[in-house]
Amino acid sequence: MQEFIQYFFSGITNGAIYAVIAIGFSMLYNSTELINFAHGEFVMLGSMCMITFFGSMHLPLIPAIILAIVCVTAAGLLFERLAIRTVKNPEHIVLIIITVGASIFLRGLGMLIWGKDAFSIPPFSSHPPLDIHGAKLLSQSIWIILIFLLTTVGLQLFYKKTLTGKAMEANAISKRAAWIVGIPSRLMVTLAFGLSATMGAVAGVIIAPVTMCSYDMGTMIGLKGFCAAMLGGLGSLWGALIGGFLLGILEAFGVGFVSSGLKDATAFLLLLFILYVRPGGIISSADVKRF
Amino acid sequence: MLRITNLKCYYGRIMAVKGVSLSVKKSQIIALIGANGSGKSTLLEAVCGLLPGWEGDIAFEGASLKGCDPTAVVKKGISLVPEGRLIFPPLSVLDNLKLGAYTMYRKREHALVRQTLEKVLELFPILRQRAKQPAGTLSGGEQQMLAIGRALMSHPRLLLLDEPSMGLAPMIVEKIFQILESLRKDGITILLVEQNAQAALQIADHGYVFETGSVVLQGPASELLADQEVKRAYLGKDYGEFYDD
Ligand SMILES: Nc1ncnc2c1ncn2[C@@H]1O[C@H](COP(=O)(O)OP(=O)(O)O)[C@@H](O)[C@H]1O
Ligand SMILES: [Mg+2]
Repeated sequence: MQEFIQYFFSGITNGAIYAVIAIGFSMLYNSTELINFAHGEFVMLGSMCMITFFGSMHLPLIPAIILAIVCVTAAGLLFERLAIRTVKNPEHIVLIIITVGASIFLRGLGMLIWGKDAFSIPPFSSHPPLDIHGAKLLSQSIWIILIFLLTTVGLQLFYKKTLTGKAMEANAISKRAAWIVGIPSRLMVTLAFGLSATMGAVAGVIIAPVTMCSYDMGTMIGLKGFCAAMLGGLGSLWGALIGGFLLGILEAFGVGFVSSGLKDATAFLLLLFILYVRPGGIISSADVKRF
Repeated sequence: MLRITNLKCYYGRIMAVKGVSLSVKKSQIIALIGANGSGKSTLLEAVCGLLPGWEGDIAFEGASLKGCDPTAVVKKGISLVPEGRLIFPPLSVLDNLKLGAYTMYRKREHALVRQTLEKVLELFPILRQRAKQPAGTLSGGEQQMLAIGRALMSHPRLLLLDEPSMGLAPMIVEKIFQILESLRKDGITILLVEQNAQAALQIADHGYVFETGSVVLQGPASELLADQEVKRAYLGKDYGEFYDD
Protein backbone atom coordinates (compact mmCIF):
# COMPACT_ATOMS: atom_id res chain seq x y z
CA MET A 1 0.00 0.00 0.00
CA GLN A 2 2.73 2.40 1.00
CA GLU A 3 4.63 1.61 -2.18
CA PHE A 4 1.52 2.07 -4.24
CA ILE A 5 0.87 5.52 -2.80
CA GLN A 6 4.50 6.46 -3.27
CA TYR A 7 4.39 5.56 -6.97
CA PHE A 8 1.07 7.34 -7.30
CA PHE A 9 2.58 10.56 -5.91
CA SER A 10 5.47 10.30 -8.28
CA GLY A 11 2.97 9.61 -11.07
CA ILE A 12 0.81 12.65 -10.49
CA THR A 13 3.84 14.89 -10.13
CA ASN A 14 5.18 13.81 -13.50
CA GLY A 15 1.65 13.76 -14.84
CA ALA A 16 1.16 17.42 -13.98
CA ILE A 17 4.33 18.26 -15.86
CA TYR A 18 3.35 16.23 -18.92
CA ALA A 19 -0.10 17.80 -18.80
CA VAL A 20 1.28 21.34 -18.88
CA ILE A 21 3.49 20.46 -21.83
CA ALA A 22 0.62 18.68 -23.57
CA ILE A 23 -1.59 21.74 -23.14
CA GLY A 24 1.06 23.77 -24.96
CA PHE A 25 0.99 21.35 -27.90
CA SER A 26 -2.80 21.15 -27.94
CA MET A 27 -3.38 24.86 -27.72
CA LEU A 28 -1.15 25.62 -30.66
CA TYR A 29 -2.61 22.76 -32.65
CA ASN A 30 -6.06 24.14 -31.95
CA SER A 31 -5.18 27.57 -33.28
CA THR A 32 -2.96 26.66 -36.19
CA GLU A 33 -3.21 22.91 -36.75
CA LEU A 34 0.53 22.85 -36.35
CA ILE A 35 2.58 20.55 -34.20
CA ASN A 36 5.46 22.53 -32.83
CA PHE A 37 8.41 20.18 -32.63
CA ALA A 38 10.38 22.91 -30.91
CA HIS A 39 7.99 22.89 -27.96
CA GLY A 40 10.33 20.76 -25.85
CA GLU A 41 13.05 23.33 -26.42
CA PHE A 42 10.84 25.98 -24.83
CA VAL A 43 10.61 23.71 -21.80
CA MET A 44 14.40 23.53 -21.83
CA LEU A 45 14.63 27.33 -22.07
CA GLY A 46 12.30 27.61 -19.08
CA SER A 47 14.45 25.28 -17.00
CA MET A 48 17.71 26.90 -18.03
CA CYS A 49 16.38 30.41 -17.34
CA MET A 50 15.46 29.16 -13.87
CA ILE A 51 18.98 27.78 -13.45
CA THR A 52 20.33 31.21 -14.32
CA PHE A 53 17.89 33.44 -12.45
CA PHE A 54 17.25 31.31 -9.36
CA GLY A 55 20.34 29.12 -9.27
CA SER A 56 23.16 31.48 -10.27
CA MET A 57 21.78 34.97 -9.79
CA HIS A 58 19.92 34.04 -6.60
CA LEU A 59 16.87 36.15 -7.41
CA PRO A 60 13.96 35.57 -5.03
CA LEU A 61 11.74 32.69 -6.13
CA ILE A 62 8.70 34.50 -7.48
CA PRO A 63 10.58 37.15 -9.51
CA ALA A 64 12.83 34.41 -10.88
CA ILE A 65 9.82 32.38 -12.01
CA ILE A 66 8.11 35.38 -13.58
CA LEU A 67 11.27 36.50 -15.34
CA ALA A 68 11.88 33.01 -16.73
CA ILE A 69 8.32 32.76 -18.02
CA VAL A 70 8.47 36.23 -19.58
CA CYS A 71 11.76 35.45 -21.34
CA VAL A 72 10.51 32.18 -22.80
CA THR A 73 7.19 33.68 -23.86
CA ALA A 74 9.08 36.44 -25.62
CA ALA A 75 11.16 33.76 -27.35
CA GLY A 76 7.91 32.09 -28.48
CA LEU A 77 6.54 35.33 -29.89
CA LEU A 78 9.83 36.04 -31.61
CA PHE A 79 9.85 32.54 -33.08
CA GLU A 80 6.42 33.12 -34.65
CA ARG A 81 7.33 36.56 -35.92
CA LEU A 82 10.71 35.65 -37.38
CA ALA A 83 10.40 32.04 -38.46
CA ILE A 84 6.70 31.35 -39.05
CA ARG A 85 5.10 34.54 -40.27
CA THR A 86 7.83 35.32 -42.75
CA VAL A 87 7.23 32.09 -44.68
CA LYS A 88 6.06 33.04 -48.15
CA ASN A 89 4.26 29.82 -48.86
CA PRO A 90 2.91 28.69 -45.51
CA GLU A 91 2.06 25.11 -46.29
CA HIS A 92 1.66 22.79 -43.38
CA ILE A 93 4.57 20.54 -44.03
CA VAL A 94 6.87 23.54 -44.55
CA LEU A 95 5.88 25.05 -41.22
CA ILE A 96 6.31 21.77 -39.38
CA ILE A 97 9.78 21.35 -40.83
CA ILE A 98 10.54 24.89 -39.69
CA THR A 99 9.61 23.91 -36.14
CA VAL A 100 11.99 20.96 -36.39
CA GLY A 101 14.68 23.35 -37.59
CA ALA A 102 13.89 25.72 -34.76
CA SER A 103 14.30 22.92 -32.23
CA ILE A 104 17.80 22.21 -33.53
CA PHE A 105 18.58 25.92 -33.51
CA LEU A 106 17.35 26.41 -29.95
CA ARG A 107 19.28 23.40 -28.72
CA GLY A 108 22.43 24.87 -30.29
CA LEU A 109 21.68 28.22 -28.75
CA GLY A 110 21.17 26.56 -25.36
CA MET A 111 24.52 24.85 -25.67
CA LEU A 112 26.24 28.13 -26.53
CA ILE A 113 24.70 29.94 -23.56
CA TRP A 114 24.80 27.27 -20.86
CA GLY A 115 27.40 24.81 -22.15
CA LYS A 116 27.06 21.06 -22.11
CA ASP A 117 26.93 20.57 -18.36
CA ALA A 118 23.80 19.53 -16.51
CA PHE A 119 22.54 21.71 -13.69
CA SER A 120 19.93 21.56 -11.02
CA ILE A 121 18.49 24.00 -8.51
CA PRO A 122 17.29 23.43 -4.94
CA PRO A 123 13.54 22.90 -4.40
CA PHE A 124 11.42 26.07 -4.28
CA SER A 125 11.07 25.71 -0.51
CA SER A 126 12.73 23.51 2.08
CA HIS A 127 9.68 22.15 3.87
CA PRO A 128 10.03 18.54 5.02
CA PRO A 129 8.07 16.05 2.91
CA LEU A 130 4.51 15.25 3.95
CA ASP A 131 4.08 11.78 5.34
CA ILE A 132 0.90 10.10 4.10
CA HIS A 133 0.49 6.44 5.14
CA GLY A 134 4.22 6.07 5.14
CA ALA A 135 4.60 7.49 1.64
CA LYS A 136 6.42 10.78 1.21
CA LEU A 137 5.07 13.70 -0.75
CA LEU A 138 7.96 16.06 -1.48
CA SER A 139 7.46 19.78 -1.10
CA GLN A 140 8.51 20.29 -4.72
CA SER A 141 5.73 17.92 -5.79
CA ILE A 142 3.26 20.12 -3.97
CA TRP A 143 4.71 23.17 -5.71
CA ILE A 144 4.42 21.42 -9.06
CA ILE A 145 0.81 20.46 -8.51
CA LEU A 146 -0.12 23.89 -7.18
CA ILE A 147 1.48 25.72 -10.07
CA PHE A 148 -0.11 23.24 -12.47
CA LEU A 149 -3.55 23.96 -10.98
CA LEU A 150 -2.98 27.69 -11.08
CA THR A 151 -1.92 27.52 -14.72
CA THR A 152 -4.83 25.41 -15.91
CA VAL A 153 -7.44 27.40 -14.03
CA GLY A 154 -5.88 30.63 -15.25
CA LEU A 155 -5.87 29.39 -18.82
CA GLN A 156 -9.46 28.25 -18.59
CA LEU A 157 -10.53 31.63 -17.20
CA PHE A 158 -8.62 33.35 -19.98
CA TYR A 159 -10.43 31.34 -22.65
CA LYS A 160 -13.88 31.57 -21.12
CA LYS A 161 -13.94 35.01 -19.58
CA THR A 162 -11.78 37.39 -21.58
CA LEU A 163 -12.54 38.89 -24.97
CA THR A 164 -9.07 38.03 -26.25
CA GLY A 165 -9.46 34.44 -25.09
CA LYS A 166 -12.80 34.11 -26.79
CA ALA A 167 -11.44 35.72 -29.91
CA MET A 168 -8.61 33.16 -29.92
CA GLU A 169 -11.13 30.39 -29.56
CA ALA A 170 -13.26 31.86 -32.35
CA ASN A 171 -10.18 32.08 -34.52
CA ALA A 172 -9.43 28.43 -33.81
CA ILE A 173 -12.98 27.44 -34.74
CA SER A 174 -12.95 29.29 -38.04
CA LYS A 175 -10.30 31.71 -39.24
CA ARG A 176 -12.55 32.99 -41.96
CA ALA A 177 -15.46 33.68 -39.63
CA ALA A 178 -13.11 35.40 -37.19
CA TRP A 179 -11.69 37.56 -39.98
CA ILE A 180 -15.20 38.54 -41.01
CA VAL A 181 -16.19 39.87 -37.61
CA GLY A 182 -12.99 41.89 -37.47
CA ILE A 183 -10.84 39.71 -35.22
CA PRO A 184 -7.22 40.20 -36.28
CA SER A 185 -6.49 36.62 -37.18
CA ARG A 186 -2.73 36.94 -37.44
CA LEU A 187 -2.46 38.49 -34.02
CA MET A 188 -4.43 35.56 -32.59
CA VAL A 189 -1.99 33.10 -34.11
CA THR A 190 0.93 35.07 -32.66
CA LEU A 191 -0.76 34.99 -29.28
CA ALA A 192 -1.25 31.24 -29.54
CA PHE A 193 2.47 30.80 -30.14
CA GLY A 194 3.23 33.05 -27.20
CA LEU A 195 0.84 31.26 -24.85
CA SER A 196 2.05 27.87 -25.96
CA ALA A 197 5.61 28.93 -25.15
CA THR A 198 4.35 30.16 -21.79
CA MET A 199 3.07 26.65 -21.08
CA GLY A 200 6.46 25.25 -22.03
CA ALA A 201 8.12 27.77 -19.74
CA VAL A 202 5.90 26.86 -16.80
CA ALA A 203 6.76 23.19 -17.26
CA GLY A 204 10.45 24.02 -17.50
CA VAL A 205 10.35 26.16 -14.38
CA ILE A 206 8.66 23.59 -12.18
CA ILE A 207 10.84 20.66 -13.20
CA ALA A 208 14.15 22.49 -12.77
CA PRO A 209 14.53 21.29 -9.14
CA VAL A 210 13.55 17.68 -9.83
CA THR A 211 15.63 16.88 -12.88
CA MET A 212 19.08 17.45 -14.31
CA CYS A 213 18.77 20.34 -16.73
CA SER A 214 20.91 20.66 -19.81
CA TYR A 215 20.66 22.08 -23.30
CA ASP A 216 19.43 18.79 -24.73
CA MET A 217 16.74 17.94 -22.19
CA GLY A 218 13.96 19.27 -24.42
CA THR A 219 13.84 16.41 -26.86
CA MET A 220 12.72 13.68 -24.51
CA ILE A 221 10.42 15.78 -22.36
CA GLY A 222 8.91 17.35 -25.48
CA LEU A 223 8.19 13.95 -26.96
CA LYS A 224 6.61 12.79 -23.71
CA GLY A 225 4.38 15.84 -23.68
CA PHE A 226 3.50 15.19 -27.29
CA CYS A 227 2.60 11.59 -26.46
CA ALA A 228 0.41 12.83 -23.63
CA ALA A 229 -1.36 15.26 -25.97
CA MET A 230 -1.92 12.55 -28.58
CA LEU A 231 -3.04 10.11 -25.94
CA GLY A 232 -5.69 12.46 -24.58
CA GLY A 233 -6.68 13.80 -27.97
CA LEU A 234 -4.77 16.59 -29.67
CA GLY A 235 -6.62 19.90 -29.56
CA SER A 236 -8.56 19.32 -26.37
CA LEU A 237 -7.69 20.80 -22.98
CA TRP A 238 -9.27 17.96 -21.05
CA GLY A 239 -7.55 15.52 -23.34
CA ALA A 240 -4.19 17.06 -22.48
CA LEU A 241 -4.94 16.77 -18.77
CA ILE A 242 -6.12 13.18 -18.99
CA GLY A 243 -3.26 12.19 -21.28
CA GLY A 244 -0.68 13.86 -19.06
CA PHE A 245 -1.81 12.23 -15.84
CA LEU A 246 -2.43 8.85 -17.44
CA LEU A 247 1.08 8.84 -18.85
CA GLY A 248 2.63 10.05 -15.59
CA ILE A 249 0.87 7.44 -13.47
CA LEU A 250 1.39 4.50 -15.83
CA GLU A 251 5.03 5.45 -16.14
CA ALA A 252 5.48 5.52 -12.38
CA PHE A 253 3.76 2.15 -11.90
CA GLY A 254 5.70 0.68 -14.79
CA VAL A 255 8.95 1.74 -13.20
CA GLY A 256 7.86 0.70 -9.71
CA PHE A 257 6.25 -2.64 -10.34
CA VAL A 258 7.82 -3.86 -13.57
CA SER A 259 11.20 -2.47 -14.44
CA SER A 260 12.93 0.87 -14.35
CA GLY A 261 14.01 0.22 -17.92
CA LEU A 262 10.38 0.72 -18.86
CA LYS A 263 10.26 4.43 -17.96
CA ASP A 264 10.83 6.11 -21.28
CA ALA A 265 9.33 3.27 -23.25
CA THR A 266 5.96 3.64 -21.54
CA ALA A 267 5.11 6.82 -23.42
CA PHE A 268 5.82 5.34 -26.80
CA LEU A 269 4.13 2.01 -26.09
CA LEU A 270 1.07 3.91 -24.93
CA LEU A 271 1.16 6.10 -28.00
CA LEU A 272 1.37 3.14 -30.34
CA PHE A 273 -1.46 1.47 -28.47
CA ILE A 274 -3.76 4.49 -28.62
CA LEU A 275 -2.97 5.17 -32.26
CA TYR A 276 -3.94 1.59 -32.96
CA VAL A 277 -7.22 1.42 -31.02
CA ARG A 278 -8.37 5.05 -31.07
CA PRO A 279 -6.33 7.26 -33.39
CA GLY A 280 -8.08 10.47 -32.32
CA GLY A 281 -7.01 10.05 -28.70
CA ILE A 282 -9.19 9.49 -25.66
CA ILE A 283 -11.12 12.71 -26.15
CA SER A 284 -11.09 12.73 -29.89
CA SER A 285 -11.43 16.24 -31.24
CA ALA A 286 -14.00 14.88 -33.66
CA ASP A 287 -16.28 14.32 -30.64
CA VAL A 288 -15.47 17.33 -28.53
CA LYS A 289 -13.83 20.16 -30.29
CA ARG A 290 -11.64 22.80 -28.74
CA PHE A 291 -10.87 24.03 -25.32
CA MET B 1 -21.90 55.84 -49.67
CA LEU B 2 -20.22 52.92 -51.44
CA ARG B 3 -18.87 53.41 -54.93
CA ILE B 4 -17.27 50.61 -56.86
CA THR B 5 -15.54 51.54 -60.09
CA ASN B 6 -14.34 49.07 -62.69
CA LEU B 7 -13.61 46.35 -60.11
CA LYS B 8 -11.67 43.34 -61.31
CA CYS B 9 -11.05 40.34 -59.03
CA TYR B 10 -8.86 37.37 -59.69
CA TYR B 11 -8.48 33.85 -58.38
CA GLY B 12 -5.00 33.11 -59.61
CA ARG B 13 -5.24 33.75 -63.36
CA ILE B 14 -9.00 33.47 -63.52
CA MET B 15 -10.90 36.75 -63.54
CA ALA B 16 -14.05 36.23 -61.47
CA VAL B 17 -15.29 39.85 -61.54
CA LYS B 18 -14.66 41.60 -64.85
CA GLY B 19 -14.85 45.34 -64.42
CA VAL B 20 -17.96 46.00 -62.39
CA SER B 21 -19.12 49.46 -61.37
CA LEU B 22 -21.92 50.14 -58.97
CA SER B 23 -22.95 52.61 -56.36
CA VAL B 24 -24.93 52.42 -53.17
CA LYS B 25 -26.53 55.52 -51.67
CA LYS B 26 -27.25 56.03 -48.01
CA SER B 27 -30.30 54.21 -46.62
CA GLN B 28 -30.85 52.30 -49.83
CA ILE B 29 -31.30 48.59 -50.29
CA ILE B 30 -29.39 47.47 -53.35
CA ALA B 31 -29.89 43.98 -54.71
CA LEU B 32 -27.27 42.02 -56.61
CA ILE B 33 -28.83 39.09 -58.38
CA GLY B 34 -27.50 36.52 -60.78
CA ALA B 35 -26.87 32.84 -61.21
CA ASN B 36 -24.51 30.74 -59.16
CA GLY B 37 -20.86 31.45 -59.94
CA SER B 38 -21.48 34.86 -61.49
CA GLY B 39 -19.12 36.62 -59.08
CA LYS B 40 -21.46 38.15 -56.51
CA SER B 41 -19.75 36.68 -53.44
CA THR B 42 -16.38 37.56 -54.88
CA LEU B 43 -17.42 41.20 -55.10
CA LEU B 44 -18.50 41.22 -51.46
CA GLU B 45 -15.24 39.61 -50.42
CA ALA B 46 -13.29 42.31 -52.22
CA VAL B 47 -15.24 45.00 -50.38
CA CYS B 48 -14.58 43.33 -47.03
CA GLY B 49 -10.86 43.01 -47.53
CA LEU B 50 -11.04 39.22 -47.64
CA LEU B 51 -9.76 39.08 -51.18
CA PRO B 52 -6.41 40.75 -51.79
CA GLY B 53 -5.18 41.91 -55.15
CA TRP B 54 -8.28 43.37 -56.73
CA GLU B 55 -8.03 46.15 -59.31
CA GLY B 56 -10.18 49.22 -59.83
CA ASP B 57 -11.51 51.16 -56.93
CA ILE B 58 -13.83 50.65 -53.98
CA ALA B 59 -14.61 53.81 -52.05
CA PHE B 60 -16.60 53.89 -48.83
CA GLU B 61 -17.81 57.33 -47.74
CA GLY B 62 -15.27 58.86 -50.07
CA ALA B 63 -12.22 56.94 -48.83
CA SER B 64 -10.67 54.08 -50.82
CA LEU B 65 -10.67 50.64 -49.24
CA LYS B 66 -7.55 49.61 -51.13
CA GLY B 67 -5.19 47.69 -48.84
CA CYS B 68 -7.63 47.51 -45.93
CA ASP B 69 -7.70 44.20 -44.08
CA PRO B 70 -11.05 42.88 -42.78
CA THR B 71 -10.48 44.34 -39.33
CA ALA B 72 -9.98 47.81 -40.80
CA VAL B 73 -13.07 47.42 -42.98
CA VAL B 74 -15.22 46.43 -40.00
CA LYS B 75 -13.86 49.38 -38.04
CA LYS B 76 -14.88 51.71 -40.87
CA GLY B 77 -18.49 50.59 -40.50
CA ILE B 78 -18.99 47.79 -43.01
CA SER B 79 -20.22 44.41 -41.85
CA LEU B 80 -20.69 41.18 -43.76
CA VAL B 81 -23.24 38.43 -43.24
CA PRO B 82 -21.36 35.75 -45.15
CA GLU B 83 -22.66 33.03 -47.40
CA GLY B 84 -23.30 29.96 -45.27
CA ARG B 85 -23.58 32.13 -42.12
CA LEU B 86 -20.19 31.14 -40.66
CA ILE B 87 -21.25 31.43 -37.05
CA PHE B 88 -19.11 29.85 -34.32
CA PRO B 89 -21.09 26.64 -33.62
CA PRO B 90 -19.52 25.54 -30.30
CA LEU B 91 -19.78 29.00 -28.72
CA SER B 92 -22.96 30.26 -27.11
CA VAL B 93 -25.32 32.56 -28.97
CA LEU B 94 -24.36 35.38 -26.63
CA ASP B 95 -20.64 34.83 -27.20
CA ASN B 96 -21.23 34.82 -30.94
CA LEU B 97 -22.93 38.19 -30.66
CA LYS B 98 -20.23 39.60 -28.39
CA LEU B 99 -17.53 38.51 -30.80
CA GLY B 100 -19.38 40.48 -33.46
CA ALA B 101 -18.62 43.51 -31.32
CA TYR B 102 -14.90 42.69 -31.12
CA THR B 103 -13.83 45.89 -32.80
CA MET B 104 -16.25 47.92 -30.64
CA TYR B 105 -14.80 46.45 -27.47
CA ARG B 106 -11.35 47.29 -28.76
CA LYS B 107 -12.49 50.88 -29.24
CA ARG B 108 -13.63 50.78 -25.59
CA GLU B 109 -17.25 51.40 -26.55
CA HIS B 110 -18.66 49.15 -23.86
CA ALA B 111 -21.81 51.20 -23.29
CA LEU B 112 -22.59 51.25 -26.99
CA VAL B 113 -22.06 47.50 -27.19
CA ARG B 114 -24.55 46.93 -24.39
CA GLN B 115 -27.06 49.16 -26.16
CA THR B 116 -26.54 47.45 -29.51
CA LEU B 117 -26.85 44.02 -27.93
CA GLU B 118 -30.16 45.03 -26.41
CA LYS B 119 -31.38 46.26 -29.81
CA VAL B 120 -30.30 43.08 -31.55
CA LEU B 121 -32.04 40.92 -28.95
CA GLU B 122 -35.19 43.00 -29.41
CA LEU B 123 -34.96 42.57 -33.14
CA PHE B 124 -34.52 38.80 -32.76
CA PRO B 125 -36.31 37.74 -29.57
CA ILE B 126 -35.52 34.11 -30.34
CA LEU B 127 -31.82 34.84 -29.80
CA ARG B 128 -32.58 36.06 -26.30
CA GLN B 129 -34.33 32.79 -25.54
CA ARG B 130 -31.39 30.84 -26.89
CA ALA B 131 -28.67 33.11 -25.48
CA LYS B 132 -26.89 30.41 -23.48
CA GLN B 133 -27.21 27.64 -26.07
CA PRO B 134 -24.34 26.64 -28.36
CA ALA B 135 -24.98 28.37 -31.67
CA GLY B 136 -24.65 25.07 -33.52
CA THR B 137 -27.87 23.81 -31.93
CA LEU B 138 -30.00 26.53 -33.56
CA SER B 139 -32.19 25.87 -36.59
CA GLY B 140 -31.11 27.20 -39.98
CA GLY B 141 -33.33 30.27 -39.76
CA GLU B 142 -32.17 31.06 -36.24
CA GLN B 143 -28.55 30.70 -37.33
CA GLN B 144 -29.18 33.17 -40.12
CA MET B 145 -30.69 35.58 -37.62
CA LEU B 146 -27.66 35.09 -35.41
CA ALA B 147 -25.35 35.82 -38.32
CA ILE B 148 -27.25 39.04 -39.04
CA GLY B 149 -27.31 39.94 -35.35
CA ARG B 150 -23.59 39.30 -35.06
CA ALA B 151 -22.93 41.55 -38.06
CA LEU B 152 -25.05 44.30 -36.49
CA MET B 153 -23.04 44.15 -33.27
CA SER B 154 -20.17 46.09 -34.86
CA HIS B 155 -22.60 48.97 -35.40
CA PRO B 156 -22.24 49.06 -39.18
CA ARG B 157 -23.51 51.80 -41.47
CA LEU B 158 -23.33 49.45 -44.44
CA LEU B 159 -24.52 45.86 -44.14
CA LEU B 160 -23.55 43.33 -46.79
CA LEU B 161 -25.59 40.15 -46.97
CA ASP B 162 -24.65 37.12 -49.03
CA GLU B 163 -27.66 34.95 -49.82
CA PRO B 164 -29.42 35.24 -46.47
CA SER B 165 -32.38 33.24 -47.79
CA MET B 166 -30.33 30.21 -48.79
CA GLY B 167 -31.87 26.97 -47.57
CA LEU B 168 -34.65 28.62 -45.59
CA ALA B 169 -38.41 28.13 -45.71
CA PRO B 170 -40.35 30.92 -47.46
CA MET B 171 -41.97 32.06 -44.24
CA ILE B 172 -38.62 32.60 -42.58
CA VAL B 173 -37.22 34.31 -45.65
CA GLU B 174 -40.12 36.72 -45.47
CA LYS B 175 -39.40 37.43 -41.82
CA ILE B 176 -35.74 38.08 -42.49
CA PHE B 177 -36.53 40.40 -45.36
CA GLN B 178 -38.95 42.31 -43.15
CA ILE B 179 -36.14 42.79 -40.69
CA LEU B 180 -33.89 44.09 -43.45
CA GLU B 181 -36.53 46.67 -44.31
CA SER B 182 -36.77 47.74 -40.70
CA LEU B 183 -32.97 48.06 -40.54
CA ARG B 184 -33.09 50.32 -43.55
CA LYS B 185 -35.62 52.49 -41.75
CA ASP B 186 -33.12 52.78 -38.90
CA GLY B 187 -30.67 54.24 -41.39
CA ILE B 188 -28.56 51.18 -42.22
CA THR B 189 -27.63 50.86 -45.86
CA ILE B 190 -27.90 47.37 -47.29
CA LEU B 191 -26.20 45.59 -50.16
CA LEU B 192 -28.08 42.34 -50.66
CA VAL B 193 -26.77 39.46 -52.75
CA GLU B 194 -29.50 36.99 -53.61
CA GLN B 195 -30.40 34.18 -55.91
CA ASN B 196 -33.96 34.59 -54.73
CA ALA B 197 -34.35 37.52 -57.12
CA GLN B 198 -38.08 37.92 -56.67
CA ALA B 199 -37.88 38.44 -52.92
CA ALA B 200 -34.78 40.61 -53.14
CA LEU B 201 -36.15 42.95 -55.79
CA GLN B 202 -39.37 43.39 -53.85
CA ILE B 203 -37.60 45.13 -50.99
CA ALA B 204 -34.76 46.71 -52.99
CA ASP B 205 -34.61 50.21 -54.43
CA HIS B 206 -32.20 49.37 -57.16
CA GLY B 207 -30.91 46.15 -58.62
CA TYR B 208 -27.93 44.86 -60.57
CA VAL B 209 -28.01 41.64 -62.55
CA PHE B 210 -24.74 39.71 -62.72
CA GLU B 211 -23.69 37.26 -65.36
CA THR B 212 -20.26 35.61 -65.45
CA GLY B 213 -18.53 38.44 -63.68
CA SER B 214 -20.17 41.41 -65.35
CA VAL B 215 -23.26 43.51 -64.76
CA VAL B 216 -25.58 42.80 -67.66
CA LEU B 217 -28.57 44.78 -66.48
CA GLN B 218 -29.34 47.36 -63.87
CA GLY B 219 -32.15 49.66 -62.91
CA PRO B 220 -34.79 50.47 -60.35
CA ALA B 221 -35.98 47.31 -58.68
CA SER B 222 -39.56 47.73 -59.87
CA GLU B 223 -38.42 47.92 -63.48
CA LEU B 224 -36.25 44.84 -63.12
CA LEU B 225 -39.17 42.97 -61.60
CA ALA B 226 -41.22 43.75 -64.68
CA ASP B 227 -38.40 43.14 -67.15
CA GLN B 228 -39.08 40.23 -69.49
CA GLU B 229 -35.43 39.27 -69.67
CA VAL B 230 -35.04 39.10 -65.90
CA LYS B 231 -38.30 37.24 -65.55
CA ARG B 232 -37.21 34.62 -68.00
CA ALA B 233 -33.77 34.15 -66.53
CA TYR B 234 -34.20 34.54 -62.78
CA LEU B 235 -37.76 34.84 -61.62
CA GLY B 236 -39.19 31.75 -63.23
CA LYS B 237 -37.53 29.29 -60.89
CA ASP B 238 -39.35 28.26 -57.82
CA TYR B 239 -36.77 28.49 -55.08
CA GLY B 240 -39.38 27.60 -52.51
CA GLU B 241 -38.88 23.97 -53.37
CA PHE B 242 -35.43 23.83 -51.90
CA TYR B 243 -35.25 24.37 -48.23
CA ASP B 244 -34.25 22.37 -45.19
CA ASP B 245 -35.95 24.26 -42.45
N1 LIG C 1 -11.70 30.30 -53.81
C1 LIG C 1 -11.88 30.27 -55.16
N2 LIG C 1 -10.87 29.84 -55.96
C2 LIG C 1 -11.02 29.82 -57.29
N3 LIG C 1 -12.12 30.20 -57.94
C3 LIG C 1 -13.17 30.63 -57.20
C4 LIG C 1 -13.09 30.69 -55.77
N4 LIG C 1 -14.26 31.17 -55.32
C5 LIG C 1 -15.03 31.38 -56.39
N5 LIG C 1 -14.38 31.06 -57.53
C6 LIG C 1 -14.89 31.20 -58.89
O1 LIG C 1 -15.24 32.54 -59.10
C7 LIG C 1 -16.46 32.65 -59.78
C8 LIG C 1 -17.44 33.51 -59.00
O2 LIG C 1 -17.81 32.85 -57.79
P1 LIG C 1 -18.72 33.52 -56.70
O3 LIG C 1 -18.26 34.91 -56.49
O4 LIG C 1 -18.74 32.63 -55.53
O5 LIG C 1 -20.13 33.52 -57.43
P2 LIG C 1 -21.57 33.71 -56.80
O6 LIG C 1 -21.42 34.19 -55.39
O7 LIG C 1 -22.21 34.69 -57.71
O8 LIG C 1 -22.22 32.39 -56.86
C9 LIG C 1 -16.97 31.24 -60.00
O9 LIG C 1 -16.68 30.88 -61.33
C10 LIG C 1 -16.16 30.41 -59.06
O10 LIG C 1 -15.90 29.14 -59.62
MG1 LIG D 1 -22.07 33.24 -53.74
